[in-house]
Amino acid sequence: MTGILSLTTFFPLIGVAAILALRLLGGKADQAKLENAAKWIALATTLATLALSILLVAQFDPLNPGFQFSEDIPWFAGAGYRMGVDGISVLFVLLTAFLLPLCIIASWTSIQKRVLEYLIAFLILEALVIGVFCATDLVLFYIFFEGGLLPMFLIIGIWGGQRRVYAAFKFFLYTLLGSVLMLAAILVMASVAHTTSIPELMAYHFAPGLQIWLWLAFFASFAVKMPMWPVHTWLPDAHVEAPTAGSVILAGILLKLGGYGFLRFSLPMFPSASHYFTPLVFTLSVIAVIYTSLVAFRQVDIKKLIAYSSVAHMGFVTMGIFAGNAVGVQGAIYQMLSHGVISGALFLCVGVVYDRMHTREIAFYGGLVNRMPWYAAVFMLFTMGNVGLPGTSGFVGEILSMTGTYGTSTWTALFAATGVILSAVYALTLYRRVVFGEITNPKLAGITDLEKREVLIFAPLIVGTLVLGIQPGLILNITQASVDHLVTAYRAAIGG
Amino acid sequence: MNLIGALQIALPEAFLAVSALLLLVLGAYRPKGVAAVSLGAGFALAVAAVLAAVGPGGAAFAGSYIADAASAYAKVAIYAFSAVSVLLGDRWLARLDAKSFEFPILIVIAALGMGMMASAGDLISLYIGIELHSLALYVLAAFRRDDARSSEAGLKYFVLGALSSGLLLYGASLIYGFAGSTRFDVIAQAVHAGANTGILFGLVFLLCGLAFKVSAAPFHMWTPDVYEGAPTPVVIFITTAPKLAAMVLLARVLMNAFGGAADQWRQVILVLAMISVLVGAFAGLVQTNLKRLLAYSSIANIGYALIGLAAANHQGVQSMLVFMVLYMIDVTGFFACLLALSRAGKPMETLADMAGLFREKPGITLAMTVLSFSFLGLPPFSGFWGKFYVFKAALNAGLWPVAVAGLVLSVVAAFYYLRLVKTMWFDPPAGAVDAAPLDARGVAYAAALLSLGVVLVLPFLDPAATVAAAALGTH
Repeated sequence: MTGILSLTTFFPLIGVAAILALRLLGGKADQAKLENAAKWIALATTLATLALSILLVAQFDPLNPGFQFSEDIPWFAGAGYRMGVDGISVLFVLLTAFLLPLCIIASWTSIQKRVLEYLIAFLILEALVIGVFCATDLVLFYIFFEGGLLPMFLIIGIWGGQRRVYAAFKFFLYTLLGSVLMLAAILVMASVAHTTSIPELMAYHFAPGLQIWLWLAFFASFAVKMPMWPVHTWLPDAHVEAPTAGSVILAGILLKLGGYGFLRFSLPMFPSASHYFTPLVFTLSVIAVIYTSLVAFRQVDIKKLIAYSSVAHMGFVTMGIFAGNAVGVQGAIYQMLSHGVISGALFLCVGVVYDRMHTREIAFYGGLVNRMPWYAAVFMLFTMGNVGLPGTSGFVGEILSMTGTYGTSTWTALFAATGVILSAVYALTLYRRVVFGEITNPKLAGITDLEKREVLIFAPLIVGTLVLGIQPGLILNITQASVDHLVTAYRAAIGG
Repeated sequence: MNLIGALQIALPEAFLAVSALLLLVLGAYRPKGVAAVSLGAGFALAVAAVLAAVGPGGAAFAGSYIADAASAYAKVAIYAFSAVSVLLGDRWLARLDAKSFEFPILIVIAALGMGMMASAGDLISLYIGIELHSLALYVLAAFRRDDARSSEAGLKYFVLGALSSGLLLYGASLIYGFAGSTRFDVIAQAVHAGANTGILFGLVFLLCGLAFKVSAAPFHMWTPDVYEGAPTPVVIFITTAPKLAAMVLLARVLMNAFGGAADQWRQVILVLAMISVLVGAFAGLVQTNLKRLLAYSSIANIGYALIGLAAANHQGVQSMLVFMVLYMIDVTGFFACLLALSRAGKPMETLADMAGLFREKPGITLAMTVLSFSFLGLPPFSGFWGKFYVFKAALNAGLWPVAVAGLVLSVVAAFYYLRLVKTMWFDPPAGAVDAAPLDARGVAYAAALLSLGVVLVLPFLDPAATVAAAALGTH
């Protein structure tokens, strides 16, 4: 199966080439026909990528904690083209491939201008994000990690809302600033350890003093990406301005890059620094959970509220990761995957009403249940998932990461537990104000329920949320071996 | 060594000199044969590049003229980029009805001077090379005599250039006085024996002169004005080949002649590098004219190249050589985009002109976007790899505060590249754009593709630069 990772990563680029060819060759053809053809090409490409990644997971050996399907081609400048997946990364590949077709379908009618370019941007983004999770070389990782900024910048900037330029700049510059520090750290690591291969670096022991600096540099990048309080402020802006599918990608996948980075780099490569900074991460996580939950409660824009709730949920992830035990790390991974599905779904829920009414103001809505019963049911399910109701995937992630944290720091777990209540407060309030009651706004009188296309989008997400909620073993069995391996090494390194 | 052997070593430049003279005669007797002169100039440069690549190595004329891997690397790039400038300049001048046969010949003469700089083995040939190429560049900058801005650019460039030549000569005379020779290898011995204050004093003046040539801050004052005023094809030429020639010369002087005083000159180079990056990043923020913007961008990029050089070892020189060539490709492509754009016959040079360009010219916009992100240092484009090499060398040499500062400042500079991208993609269109000429468009696309597919180019560039840097490391 060697080569399947490269194939999965670069497969979306075939779609890009096809759309480009369509554009160059079909210059005279009817624009609407051209766009329609491009949409089908994009959908087919993303579905094929999904099939490839399902195949990847099916072939994956869950008992092997190391990297599988490895590819290693020498490159230049000491770097190598190295690919491989382990239990931690393989599911993120699947998550990415799972969300992308939904994004394409969600944009089917809502994107009206420059459709071809839009699809190209999404396909390039998919290739880059899958690449991030497959790369096992520092330099290659950085290329994929940073390269994603470009399509996302254009997606927010071209197809975004009113203040899209501001949001796009803020997104780009915040992330870039974090990333250049990581680049410096990568270069230092390459020069100290004389390799850029991630498996080799995991086995390398950096001096504790150096670890502190390297950890901080990586932290600068991942904390912005995650995002952690106080560098989270780009996220609400980016979410509000991005088109629906852009928000889905952003919340569903791009935020996971931060947590993935902590798991891939900070914990295994800089264990003593991770241990040293654990109180800092716990403090920031608790602030994120409590403070951003309160901020979310005060929002008047639906998307912004969900954006802040993402920051709060990511607090659980950082907490679980730095708990440094198997339960916590498992919980963090679970929470990331579950949040990828649920937050993506919530943004799609917002997209449904936004496409109809072109506003996201909470006060504008109310009483939607009267006109849109199906929508109300779907929205309810995902709201409950967001709150962490048992039976949904959100519950598993939260309970595991909190249990793990409890084993390391009781107080952190205690404070974080209030976040669960607070999330219920803002999420249920949002739901009540948007869905329940009588329709008071006359403009809502003609609003229509979900159409077939939208049902098609939500169906897999509903299945995903419930299956992950009821049968967590599906995920945990795959991640178990790699997580155990990681945690054992981490524990050994910090002498605990 | 006999004369034949010496001429073999200097063959590429000898060939260029003869070609320039022949082309001059051809142009003088056939005033209408401008196209033939251009073709001849392009051909001569291409032949010289091949000769430089395959010619024998060694030192000629009592050690004052060196042909080695470093000079070959530099010359191939210099002559190739000069040829591109000939091509672009010829078509551009034809469009303006300002065509005249001197243009390609001046480029050949300038290239000849740069070839000498790359091969300089003593202070005399260093000075001759610098003056030969500088004088040709002054004339080129003022090439549109009827255009006030172009004349102004030429005059400014000349006056400040003459001043810097004076500084350089003063430094050279001090070095000669204290080392007892103009030859680099003899100077190297004197420096190894103990670099006294006099010789270092001379080196500082020499560095000032060379810093002017590469437009490193604080000797950068001429750059924005000349870039703005000079004809765009000339700007392409000024930003590419002469900078590489001067950087290679700088590396040769510092590594070969002053290798023993690395700890001393590293301070100077680091200061130059940091001021350049700082000025380039912040001054670029307020520019509205794209040529001026690129001038500041080039100042910042020279700063990055100097950071590589400051590592003062083989890896540092190698990173500088890689960086410069990658940067030259990008900058040629970017200016080629500007050449390809005009509105109602007038060149489009301001940021506002680019508004909504995506709707009018998607191909050019895409090329400019790729090149902007490359300048910004975003992977996978070539600009990222250039910075990657440079900062890797700097960090390996323990210069981590400089590397971190340089990286953070690159985020500041990112703002103005992003603003350009934003203007082209997000803003409403500013009006119809004329059809793009084929030559400029072709160069722009080629550069953008090279920048994007750099991972396919680097496996060849990397070892070439390694060999070239090894030649500069011996002392």
